Amino acid sequence: MMNFDYVRPASVADAIAAASEKGATYLASGTNLLDLMKGGVSRPSVLVDVTRLPGLDRIERLADGSLRIGALVRNADLAHDAEFARNYPAVAEALLSGASAQLRNAATVGGNLMQRTRCAYFYDAGSACNRRWPGAGCDALKGENRLHAVLGWSEGCIATHPSDFSVPLVALDAVVEIEGKAGRRELPLGELHRLPGETPERETALERGDLIVALRLPATAQGFARHARYIKVRERTSYAFAVVSAAAGLRIEDGKIREARLALGGVAAKPWRAREAEQVLAGAAPDAAVYREAARAALSGAKPSGDNAFKIELAQRIVVRALTLAARGTPDRIAALPGSPFSSVAGA
Amino acid sequence: MNLPLSLTINGVRREIVLDDPRVTLLDLLRERLDLTGTKKGCDRGQCGACTILVDGRRINSCLALAVSHDGAEIITIEGVGRGGELHPVQAAFIAHDGFQCGFCTPGQIMSGIGLIQEGQAGDDPERVRECMSGNLCRCGAYQGITEAVLEAQADINAPKQRRSA
Amino acid sequence: MTLEISLTRDPAHIRHGSNIGQPLTRTDGVLKVTGKARYAADNHPPGMVYAVIATSCIARGRVKSLDVAAAKRHPGVIDVMTPTHKPELAEDPDAKGNPFAFRMELLQSDEVRYANQAIAVVIAETLEAATEGAALLSPRYQVEISRVGLDAGEAYAPPVVGIGNPAEVRHGDINAGMAVASKLTDSTYETPAQYHNAMEPHAIVAVWDGDRLFIDTPSQGMGFAQMRIAGLFGIPPANIHINSPFLGGGFGSKGLISGPQVLGIMAAKLIGRPVKLVLRRSQMYGPVGHRPPTRQRIRIGTDDAGALTVINHEARVTTSSFDDFYEPAADASHTLYASPAIRTAHEAVRVDTGTPLFMRAPGEATGSIVLESAIDEAAFACGIDPLEFRLKNYAEVEPTTGKPFSSKALRQCYAKAAERFGWAGRPLQPRQMRDENGFLVGWGMGTATFPAIMFQGNARAVIRADGKGVMETGAHDMGQGAWTALAQISADSLGLDIDRLTFRSGSSDLPDAGIAGGSGHTATVGAAIHNAGAAVIAKLAELATSDERSPLFGAGNAGVVARGGRLYRRDDDARSESFAEILARAGVAEVEGSGTGAADAAAQSQYAMHAHGAVFAEVKVDPELGQIRATRMVGAFAAGRIINPLMVQSQLRGGMIWGLSFALHEEAVMDHRSGRILNANLAEYHVPVNADVPTMDVIMVDEHDPHVNPLGIKGVGEIGITGSAGAVANAVFHATGIRVRNFPIKIEEVVMGLSV
Repeated sequence: MMNFDYVRPASVADAIAAASEKGATYLASGTNLLDLMKGGVSRPSVLVDVTRLPGLDRIERLADGSLRIGALVRNADLAHDAEFARNYPAVAEALLSGASAQLRNAATVGGNLMQRTRCAYFYDAGSACNRRWPGAGCDALKGENRLHAVLGWSEGCIATHPSDFSVPLVALDAVVEIEGKAGRRELPLGELHRLPGETPERETALERGDLIVALRLPATAQGFARHARYIKVRERTSYAFAVVSAAAGLRIEDGKIREARLALGGVAAKPWRAREAEQVLAGAAPDAAVYREAARAALSGAKPSGDNAFKIELAQRIVVRALTLAARGTPDRIAALPGSPFSSVAGA
Repeated sequence: MNLPLSLTINGVRREIVLDDPRVTLLDLLRERLDLTGTKKGCDRGQCGACTILVDGRRINSCLALAVSHDGAEIITIEGVGRGGELHPVQAAFIAHDGFQCGFCTPGQIMSGIGLIQEGQAGDDPERVRECMSGNLCRCGAYQGITEAVLEAQADINAPKQRRSA
Repeated sequence: MTLEISLTRDPAHIRHGSNIGQPLTRTDGVLKVTGKARYAADNHPPGMVYAVIATSCIARGRVKSLDVAAAKRHPGVIDVMTPTHKPELAEDPDAKGNPFAFRMELLQSDEVRYANQAIAVVIAETLEAATEGAALLSPRYQVEISRVGLDAGEAYAPPVVGIGNPAEVRHGDINAGMAVASKLTDSTYETPAQYHNAMEPHAIVAVWDGDRLFIDTPSQGMGFAQMRIAGLFGIPPANIHINSPFLGGGFGSKGLISGPQVLGIMAAKLIGRPVKLVLRRSQMYGPVGHRPPTRQRIRIGTDDAGALTVINHEARVTTSSFDDFYEPAADASHTLYASPAIRTAHEAVRVDTGTPLFMRAPGEATGSIVLESAIDEAAFACGIDPLEFRLKNYAEVEPTTGKPFSSKALRQCYAKAAERFGWAGRPLQPRQMRDENGFLVGWGMGTATFPAIMFQGNARAVIRADGKGVMETGAHDMGQGAWTALAQISADSLGLDIDRLTFRSGSSDLPDAGIAGGSGHTATVGAAIHNAGAAVIAKLAELATSDERSPLFGAGNAGVVARGGRLYRRDDDARSESFAEILARAGVAEVEGSGTGAADAAAQSQYAMHAHGAVFAEVKVDPELGQIRATRMVGAFAAGRIINPLMVQSQLRGGMIWGLSFALHEEAVMDHRSGRILNANLAEYHVPVNADVPTMDVIMVDEHDPHVNPLGIKGVGEIGITGSAGAVANAVFHATGIRVRNFPIKIEEVVMGLSV
């Protein structure tokens, strides 16, 4: 880890001022940032510790029915908040399917949203990576890439976004509240993370100094509580990043899907909202045929970025599974193995 | 840069002046305070050997900057037993042979204690396995670990239940 | 050292009476659960500083430059050790004095021969400064194209495989075996590179005092380490004091002193202060050995009745560009199945990696998963139940040598494990079983075997004036339970209750106990202890039986037995005398005896000596998503005498988990262009987590072996992997109908193989 100056501002304004300096970056719990610093991937010259900023660790219901989650709320606290888990079960399940209990106890909501890719070439300082070093090239493109992106990738970058938490959040139209030099603004979470295009180094829409202070779930998000699941395929039963994951939420009335929400994880540089699939589902009767059609729609733009064509097939199957399970109804309690196929009844 | 911080470690308040912001809680404990029971297996939050309790919660001390934890209350494996007596989780690990080489063991035990305090697993072995999955054991003592956590939890909760009954 | 333990709970690890065979809990248990067990990196002698290795990020080429000045400018950095600035060595680290002197990188040149090789060492007052100093070196390289993978170059026949085994073994007429086969399966399998990944990274704390060297370092072989270090530094082995009371796992990676450990010693010498050097996890993927990848073609012929006619097992393995270790993968086919014709052959390819080395069941693990999968294929081709097929081809004598087995309770293993598992009624065809949730269910089995090996080891025993005993041996506890099991043997060897015994171990200042490897440590050191104890008891008996004031006078040396701290007349239990009384009357302060344990060459030439076992596994597979989970494993093992069933159970379970991991999880992924390992960490190099591990049922089958060694011990450290890996892989086939021949079995193979 390269040396840095450490500052602990007392106010959001001071934090923004400090983090607006070149080379400065925010430190929340550090579960991702310190890992990156130890790997030589991140070399900030100033760490701006935001963990003591007042008022950012609250979960509050706003007058318009939306839920505002402070950026410093710990992942575990959010997932284990009974009311939260009841109203946004897929989000709670996604949270609990990620990382380990220790990491969830430390990691913050804001920090999790800023989590960076696990692409091995991004982590390996000896490899060419356009995210780390714009213009260097992408060693993943012709490298070991069976787990890389199948949607929204470019020749410049085929990395995926590793977050579980963000997947149901984008499905539920979550919004991030940002404080920056120009004051406060809001951004749909779906626009926070960027697809690589020509500028893979620009991973998010944030500007220097911008601080995520809260995450907001709109009132409508609760409407999917009775039919919501998060399913994640991984190479261990627990403590592994997703090969592919899916969050599904359905609003079912009179035997018809009134509204559907669907997002995929592990397939693109951002949590992937599948709006085409949602349109296929809207108004349809919840059955296997329409799930399959939705799955096809969700992956219609997919193409392998390397040795990963199977992920297109797998992603379609996981969409079908997530929809099937969501339609069957949210379980009363989050499964023993959150997100795992083995925690639920197979679709067969 | 001198960074003063105050930590309560295993019940003892310590005033520490750190000359280096890079020091993690893990390295502070191991290299500067001679509390070497907490182990470094990966230093990257991937193995759980460094698990300690910070303000009552189990975390990976390798991914925590010491300077960021001013005022924290820390419990390590050295602070678990009381008055020379083993904590029920420690005793259960011995009884169930929940370790072989012993290197991951302090982290496993702190994680088990953290899990029992979290109260999320109940007596379901599947939930215990899931909730202990942040602690790798290369020797493969998982079955003993799961049994030990379940038994210790029952042991700890039993008097409480009697009182409330 | 000895273990200092204060006990506050019922000491379940002390039991009065006979000690061998009792499920005592670990004598080092309290130390380990309280954090008081001191592993190498926990030491901190006064004045100690930190050394951090800078490693190469290229796999082949030269280091053109290092920015030593930048590193030295960093506050706290004391010195930077480089090829041009390092202590003189007395011996070339590339010299090959003996087959176990593997070449190591001690900054002898600017050449890079694999990724993660040490290219410099930064020494600083703090760990943080040394770490940043290493990063500041910003090496520049002259890069050469690296050779990666099993097809990287021309294959050649290695001179030997494993430890001096012939690269090719032929038994019977292979062509005839092929010709008469009514069915011939011909399959090619691949196994990946694997890394030991003991939880404890290699570490050393080195302190020089003149030409004496004191080191704390985890070692599975302190005697070997002393010899190697002595040669490198030109000092007598006796000047080197190694303290290694606990290893945080070894699995073979700590069998020989590694380059990075020696670099720690060099750093201490360079600056004249105690130095601690600990490898980072990523740095363990290179200089401390690994299990090399293999490609194995195996042809199995059977006749109409399902009897084997031939096993032809060929393996291609990789080794490093600069040294010779050849994974004896095909040798797994030597002993298990009766076939009139057996051929095993190896070829090798040189690649730009660190030298592969012994990793838990070297050869046995890689070969077993292939042999057991291929046997499963052959049984399926014959339409015969896999267990029945194995029984039909049961080897009554060792097939390749014709030797009888010293003991072999494999039939009982099959029967007991099959019964416990509920194997009967398993459908022959795959993809027949589903659970209540619709998951595909598969049952597979495999046979386990591992040779009963012994090395050479020594022990010294003492009975003191107070009648208490001491046993000393420089044994190694890497988790297998040496502190406990060897203490049990010690107590019995001296006729003492275990709480009357002081057991000293884990230091090179004690009698050399040989190497903790090959599953032979308990057998070897146990025999040494047994003999040392017997020598002391013989001396006590001599004192007593030759003294007319003793109630044992005239009994003769064979006429007494030791029990509970006393000698008894064999023919009259009423006549006895305590050890303390004997010594007091003789006016002797203590009696001492030494013992050696080693293989009996005569017995070895007469008998084939192996432990055996049978493993049954159940997996569930998601029929659409392809995710696999092992749900149940039952293993029955016959491994001679069991010293401590609690510890043996743990060893066997651990081995079975390694087998499960081999089949489903672990693999080092190497970039095929750069030769860098892309998952040199514990997040993406997957070892099983707690949630991966099913209920494991271990059955210890009673086996009396009068030939293998005096205590009848065969060893249990490695056998658990064999059989288990194949059992899990075969269960996946049975669940899905898909035979995956590249390990670990990956989700895509299952997903693309299972149509929806």
